[in-house]
Amino acid sequence: MAKDLVKTLADLKEEEALQIVEDRLSAGEDPLKILDDAKRALEIVGKRFSDCEYFIPDLVYSGEILKQITDKVKPKLTKAAAAKRLGKVVVGTVAGDIHDIGKDIVVFMLDVNGFEVFDLGIDVPAEKFVESIKKTGSKVVGMSGFLTLAFQSMKDTIEAIKKAGLRNEVKIMIGGGQIDEQVKGFTGADAYGKDAMEAVKLAKGWLGR
Amino acid sequence: MEKKWERMSADEKRESRFQTWLSAQGVQFQSPQAEASYKAAVLRLKDAILMKKTPDRVPIFVLGTFLQAHLYGVKPRDCMYDYATLISASKKFLEDYKPDYYGSPAFIGSGRILDTLDYRLYRWPGHGISENSAYQYVEGEYMRADEYTALIDDPTDFWLRTYLPRVFGALEPLTKLTPFPNLWEIVGVSGWMIPFGTPPVQNALKALMEAGNEAAAWIQQIRGFEMEARGMGIPTNTGGAAKAPFDILADTLRGTRGMMLDMYRQPDMVLKALERITPLYVKQGVGMAASSGNPLVFIPLHKGADGFMSDEQFKKFYWPTLKALILGLAAEGCVPYLFCEGSYNTRLEYLTELPKGSCFWIFDRTDMVEAKKLLGKTICIGGNVPSGMILTGTAEQVKAYCKNLIDVAGKGGGYIMSFGTSMDEGKPDTIHAMIDFTKEYGVYK
Repeated sequence: MAKDLVKTLADLKEEEALQIVEDRLSAGEDPLKILDDAKRALEIVGKRFSDCEYFIPDLVYSGEILKQITDKVKPKLTKAAAAKRLGKVVVGTVAGDIHDIGKDIVVFMLDVNGFEVFDLGIDVPAEKFVESIKKTGSKVVGMSGFLTLAFQSMKDTIEAIKKAGLRNEVKIMIGGGQIDEQVKGFTGADAYGKDAMEAVKLAKGWLGR
Repeated sequence: MEKKWERMSADEKRESRFQTWLSAQGVQFQSPQAEASYKAAVLRLKDAILMKKTPDRVPIFVLGTFLQAHLYGVKPRDCMYDYATLISASKKFLEDYKPDYYGSPAFIGSGRILDTLDYRLYRWPGHGISENSAYQYVEGEYMRADEYTALIDDPTDFWLRTYLPRVFGALEPLTKLTPFPNLWEIVGVSGWMIPFGTPPVQNALKALMEAGNEAAAWIQQIRGFEMEARGMGIPTNTGGAAKAPFDILADTLRGTRGMMLDMYRQPDMVLKALERITPLYVKQGVGMAASSGNPLVFIPLHKGADGFMSDEQFKKFYWPTLKALILGLAAEGCVPYLFCEGSYNTRLEYLTELPKGSCFWIFDRTDMVEAKKLLGKTICIGGNVPSGMILTGTAEQVKAYCKNLIDVAGKGGGYIMSFGTSMDEGKPDTIHAMIDFTKEYGVYK
C-alpha cells in the first residue's frame, strides 16, 4: 500500500493519490508515514524533472497535489516531522524584480531534494539577504532575477554581503532568464545555474553532500 | 476595390501591404537621402523575410522598451509620466545610434492612464515597484477555473463584464451591465439602460472618458515622434500585435499556475477555449496592420519555450493555435514577427511546417546553428545577441559575437541582427558596436 502513494503521486494521479491518503488516514495510519511517502514521491518528480521527463507544468501540478495531501494530513499530526536536512539555503528574487516563477521552482526543487530553504520572496533588498544569512547561518545563497536590471541588483547584493563580512561564509549562485557566465562574472557570484536542477547540484556540491 | 482585395492571393496581399509601407504616406522626408534610407531599410527587411533574394546587408533591430531612455538617464517612471522627455530621449537615440528601424515608444504606455483605471495586472515604475524598474506582470488568476464556459460562450461579454472589472479597479461596476445581446426590441431598450443611470457605473464611464482624454494627449506625442522618425529615414519594425492563444490564457486570463493545472484537470475546456479565441487575434493583427500601413505583426511568445512544457503538451496545447494564428495572419498578407524569448531548441522542428517567407522569428537563446540548419531555406531568423554581453561585456566581445552570427546565421540572407530580448537598459559602446559592426561586416557582396 505504501508503494501505491509514492507511485500514484509521482505519476501525478491527483484523485487516486488523494483517495489513498484518505483511506490510510481513516485506517488510522501514522500521518508521518504518509508524509514520508509523499516526500519520496516528490523526489521521483524532481528526478524526472532533471531527466527532462517532467517539465514545469508537472512540477506545479505535483506541488498542488502535495499541498492538498499536507492539508489533509496536518490536522492529524501529533508531533512535528523531524526531517533530516542537507543544509540551509537562502533564496530570493533581487531588488526591483517581482518575478517568482523561476525562483519558486528553485525553492521547490531544493526543498524536495532535502534542503531547508529560506524563501525571502520577491523584490528583496540587499539588507534582507544579509540579515537572513546572519540569522539562519545559511552557507548557500540563491539569487533570482528575470529582468536585466537584476544584474546590477545582484552585484549590489553581493557587495552588501561582502561589506557585512560574510562573503567568505557563503557560496552564491544566481539564475534567471537573461543570466549567463558573463553576467556571473559581472555580479561576483560563485556560479550561475541555467535551471533548477543545477541549483540543486551546486548546493549539494558546496555543502559536500 | 474591396472585392479586388478579396480576390487577391496571400502573396499579392502581402506585396500590397509592403508597397503601402514603402510608400510612407504622409511622411515628410528631411532629405532625399532620408527617403532613400527609409526605402532601403524596408526593402532590406522584406528581402530578408521573403527569402527570395539576398538583401543588401543584414538588417538590424535594436529592441528596447526602456533602453533608449535609459541611455540618456531618463528613469522608467518618467518615461510613463512625462511623454515629452521620453520622446526627446527616443529621438536623440535615433540621431546618435542611427538604427535601421525604430521601436515605437508606444510600447511603454502612459502611467496616468493606468492610475486613472487602477490597473491591477501589472506593477509599473513608482506604482508597486521602484521608479527605476520596468513594468512587471503580477501573476494571478484573472479568470477562474470554472469560467471556461462563459469565456467560450461569448468572449466579448466575458471581457466586458468579468475581465475588465477584475483588472481595472475603476471598472469594477461594469459587472452590473446587462449583456449586450439582450437588447433586441423597443420593449427592452429602457430597461437595458438602467445600469447606466447608477452612480457606480457612471463613475466607471467617467474613468473611461478621463483615460480616453489622456490617451488622446499621449498618442499625439507618440504620433509626432513616429512621423519625425520616418522623416529621418527610419521605418518602424512593428505594424501591429497579436498573441499566441495559449499565452492569452496563460498570461492574461488564468495565470501561469492556473493554466498549468488546467492542462491536467480540464484539458478539453482549454482546447475549446484556445480554438474559440484564435480568430479574435488573427483579426486583431490584421486590423492593426491595416490601420498602421505596415504588415509586421509582433507576437511575443511566452509559455511554450523549452522547459515550460513537454513536447507532447506543446504539440497538443501550444502549437496548433499558434500555427493557426501565423497562417491566418499570413493568409491576409501580414508578416507575423515572432518574438521568442528563452530557447526554442526542442520546438524548431515544428517551425519547418511554416510556409517559406510567411513570418520571421527573433530568437533569444535558441541554438542559431541548428535554427539555420533547419530553417535556413524557408524562414528568416534573427536575434541571439545576449543582453548580458551588451550590459556587462566589451565592444570587442560584441563584435566577435556578431561576426559569428553573420557568418553562420546570416549566410545567404534570412537573418536579422538583434538582441534576444527587448532591453530596458543599455550601454553605449556595446550597442554602437553591434550596429556599426553589422553595417560594415553585414553587407552582402
